[in-house]
Amino acid sequence: MKPAPFDYEAPASIEAACALLAEAGGGATVLAGGQTLMPLLALRMSQPFILVDINKIPALHGVARTGNATRIGPATKQCEGLENPLLAEHLPVLVQALRHVGHHQTRNRGTIGGSIALGEPAAEMPATAVALGAEIEIASIRGRRRVKAEDFYLGPYLTVLEPDELVVGIDYPDWPKGHITLFRELAQRPGDFALVGFVGALAVEGGKITRAGLAWFGMGPTPIKARQAEAALLGQAPATLDVPAIAALALADTAPFDDHHASAEYRRIVGKRLFSRTLCAALGQKEAA
Amino acid sequence: MSTHSITLTINGRRYAGTAESRHTLSDFLRVEAGYTGVHVGCEHGVCGACTVIVDGKAVRSCLMLAVQADGAAVTTAEGLAAPDGTLHPVQQALRDEHALQCGFCTPGVLMTLAALTANDAKPDEEALTAALSGHICRCTGYQGLRRAARRLAGAKP
Ligand code: FES
Ligand code: FES
Repeated sequence: MKPAPFDYEAPASIEAACALLAEAGGGATVLAGGQTLMPLLALRMSQPFILVDINKIPALHGVARTGNATRIGPATKQCEGLENPLLAEHLPVLVQALRHVGHHQTRNRGTIGGSIALGEPAAEMPATAVALGAEIEIASIRGRRRVKAEDFYLGPYLTVLEPDELVVGIDYPDWPKGHITLFRELAQRPGDFALVGFVGALAVEGGKITRAGLAWFGMGPTPIKARQAEAALLGQAPATLDVPAIAALALADTAPFDDHHASAEYRRIVGKRLFSRTLCAALGQKEAA
Repeated sequence: MSTHSITLTINGRRYAGTAESRHTLSDFLRVEAGYTGVHVGCEHGVCGACTVIVDGKAVRSCLMLAVQADGAAVTTAEGLAAPDGTLHPVQQALRDEHALQCGFCTPGVLMTLAALTANDAKPDEEALTAALSGHICRCTGYQGLRRAARRLAGAKP
């Protein structure tokens, strides 16, 4: 199908974009990479009056270091993220996750911020932001605010973003050099949304886990932070960690659903198994049969 | 509804035209510019048939607005073969490996493989087959496409 008619603007600054969003009074949609928005427009599930294309705003592109954090501009393309040396050095698990976002052809246009702002519950980028403790900076003509990724998601495709607001940066705090990364997902075909997946980071200092960040995707209405498992991991020694117990706790925070791809039960069983296997491999433990 | 004057380069030729805001690049290339080598299957980003090369990268032209291609360099399947008709190496590889039947998915596949092997780049077989996952082919069962990818990666098909 063809999209319903709309106006198109490509402002050159954050201020101009925010002014357009405010003026539209809720009738505008932000266009970043368009790899999810364009299908929604073609299927007429989305019918904005005006599209505000943010690709011509230089301040929204690229990756930079800011103090003890790495800042990703929301219009940074997924293919650019895959080749960015700062991300490879500071956020290795994000790069790992990016390889699973869509297909080669959609990563060539799709943006990291677009995926985060959209809030598809089975997508990799929102869960990665939650797991790593990222903060999202938001702008509107009313000013700026910062929201933790874990507080950003309210439901499927539903976030705290108001219609006049724009994501202007995602800040990922540093994790210690050499931290352990966890990533695994199961999808029916490469490039499909995950039936179940998780992403995480563990910092180990002095033989003990000192920091843990874990989040599931495809396991509930939003990315799910595995709070109970995170808390239980702290202070543990990796070699003697009770992996099955941690896996059970990690599952406890999830709320998977049935759909025509998989049942909630299937997601739980497979999720638990993949989680245990990945954690064991990352910690150098043998997996119990 | 707004219309926009846009100028782009298509297969090395400058092309100026107008596009309504909602026009996709795929429709612009086919209907306005006449490059019907751009095939449109699903029209919402699932099948990969509409893949073209925009500024060196393979993208789905149904997932991009024509107005966003203002100033860009676009290559379609029409731009692959040499003027004397000599096939592009990617076209030759698909032909040699019998990697097409009806040919509907073929232009998109060609553009993905052409983008990844441009400038004598030698991606490995794994990268090429992974990129092929962005294309749906209802005819070939993919084995010919995989062999073509192996050949392009410099491996024995
Ligand atoms: S027509 Fe563009 S992906 Fe199917
Ligand atoms: S050759 Fe017919 S769809 Fe691929």
